[in-house]
Amino acid sequence: MSEVVQDNPNRESPVVRVIDLVKRFGTRAVLDGVDLDVLPGETMVVMGPSGCGKSTLLRHMIGSMWPDAGRVELFGRDLGEMGEAELDQARKRFGILFQSGALFNSMTVGENVALPLREHTNLDSDTIDIIVRIKLELVGLREALDRMPAEISGGMKKRAGLARAIALDPEILFYDEPSAGLDPVTSAEIDQLIMDLSHKLGVTSVVVTHEMDSAFRIADRMAMLDRGRILKMGSRQEFEEIRDDQAGRSPAGDIIRQFLRGESDGPITARRLSSGYAEDILGVGRGR
Amino acid sequence: MSREPIQPNMVERLGALALACVRYCGGMALLLGRASRLAFRGLFVPGVRFGRDALAAQIIRIGMRSLGIVVLVQVFIGVILALQMTPPLAPWGQEDKIANIIGVAGFRMLGPIITAIVMCGFAGASIAAELGTMVVSEEIEALEATALNPIRFLVVPRILATLVVTVLLSVVADVMIALGGYLAGLTLGPEVHVGYWQRMREQLEYRDFFTGLFQAGVFGLLIGLIACYEGLKVKGGAEGVGRATTMTVVYSIVAIIVAACLFTVVFYIYKV
Repeated sequence: MSEVVQDNPNRESPVVRVIDLVKRFGTRAVLDGVDLDVLPGETMVVMGPSGCGKSTLLRHMIGSMWPDAGRVELFGRDLGEMGEAELDQARKRFGILFQSGALFNSMTVGENVALPLREHTNLDSDTIDIIVRIKLELVGLREALDRMPAEISGGMKKRAGLARAIALDPEILFYDEPSAGLDPVTSAEIDQLIMDLSHKLGVTSVVVTHEMDSAFRIADRMAMLDRGRILKMGSRQEFEEIRDDQAGRSPAGDIIRQFLRGESDGPITARRLSSGYAEDILGVGRGR
Repeated sequence: MSREPIQPNMVERLGALALACVRYCGGMALLLGRASRLAFRGLFVPGVRFGRDALAAQIIRIGMRSLGIVVLVQVFIGVILALQMTPPLAPWGQEDKIANIIGVAGFRMLGPIITAIVMCGFAGASIAAELGTMVVSEEIEALEATALNPIRFLVVPRILATLVVTVLLSVVADVMIALGGYLAGLTLGPEVHVGYWQRMREQLEYRDFFTGLFQAGVFGLLIGLIACYEGLKVKGGAEGVGRATTMTVVYSIVAIIVAACLFTVVFYIYKV
């Protein structure tokens, strides 16, 4: 499958493609026809309010959840059509930074970073040791090599998770809420790391976040996910214009603007208040 | 809500219970199938990575932790057996048969089954808690995303380790029950302890020993399987981990006793 990408003359064909993706939990459609393209080398930020399906979308892109309808393509191949072996090959070509870092708590930071190298390459342990030190240096964590995950801070865990994600020199990096729960300085450091990896190594990045400062800092393009659909996908400049624009131009624009500005008044809050509130209080219209 | 929720009737409840049972057993069977395939490939297909280090680490971890308790418990079981058999046997002058009975009961069943029950607590609960915590902290997902199969990487070494450790500890347990009986015999009188080992050796056949070990292997497999299954299907944070730990111990003990009963019936019918 690697040939598919390498032989492709059009460098601009997307490395990640989400096509009409639908995912239901019970009867509730968390993703309701999502389309998304991520081009090689760019940083795509997917944002949206809590519970809009951002993390679910990310989990579909890494093949840990399967769609009810639609499909996800990585490197031009449908994830759903890949067998286990091919999926594993694809997984070696991307890395993920989980929200909590998801370090293996029974191993030291160094062993965490070394694990993908030990399991997927035939490098000898001296070489692996050197690579681990390089990766940790890249995220500024060389001194934490022999520490256990429980002994380091949340920000350090994320950086260690990032070092592990880039251990196999992936072509795509997925980030799940990279700055959630971090102080502003650490958060900015993580953003800087994301940009460095993208610019220096040419890695394609897909970032899921609801931290707007961070989103505008790192994004080349952005997509706004709302109630299981992509409300808008466009360049960072387009989103900046919507943010700074006047209200009332379009309903979708108003939703995006409220979100980008982080205002308490607007269509998102109005929607929340008007949906079933009276029925709930009065106890009508909801019986079985 | 405006109306009372409809209560499921008896038939619906029974149906739901039956479905849940089938689903649970089906899930475990799938896990066992995948784990066996991966274990088989890892052990016998050259070039496929297996993780001997992980297996050794698990065996040492589980085994060392359980060894002391198994020794302690089994000696006491031997003492209890000897003391309780004396009153009914003494009027007939048959106290010397205590050695024979302890031999058969210990080697065939009590050694393996009590070892397995100790293992439920030590190995089962800790495996379920460990895997459950890994699910909650996204570690399992991280493994999958690193193209490492959690079943190969976590489940296979744990199931194999509980299996091997239960069998090995059962051998220790057999000896300890016999020793417990002998120690009790020392206080009960010469009828019991003089010639104790001799009589036990005469009574015991190889099949008493090996059927016991076979059962120990099955018990170990059940514990490892239930613990891994419960651990991997944890949902909902720390509470879920606690629940998985409890259910592992409960289900493992039930499974062990049901299996023991089935084996005893089969061995009895076929005179094994």
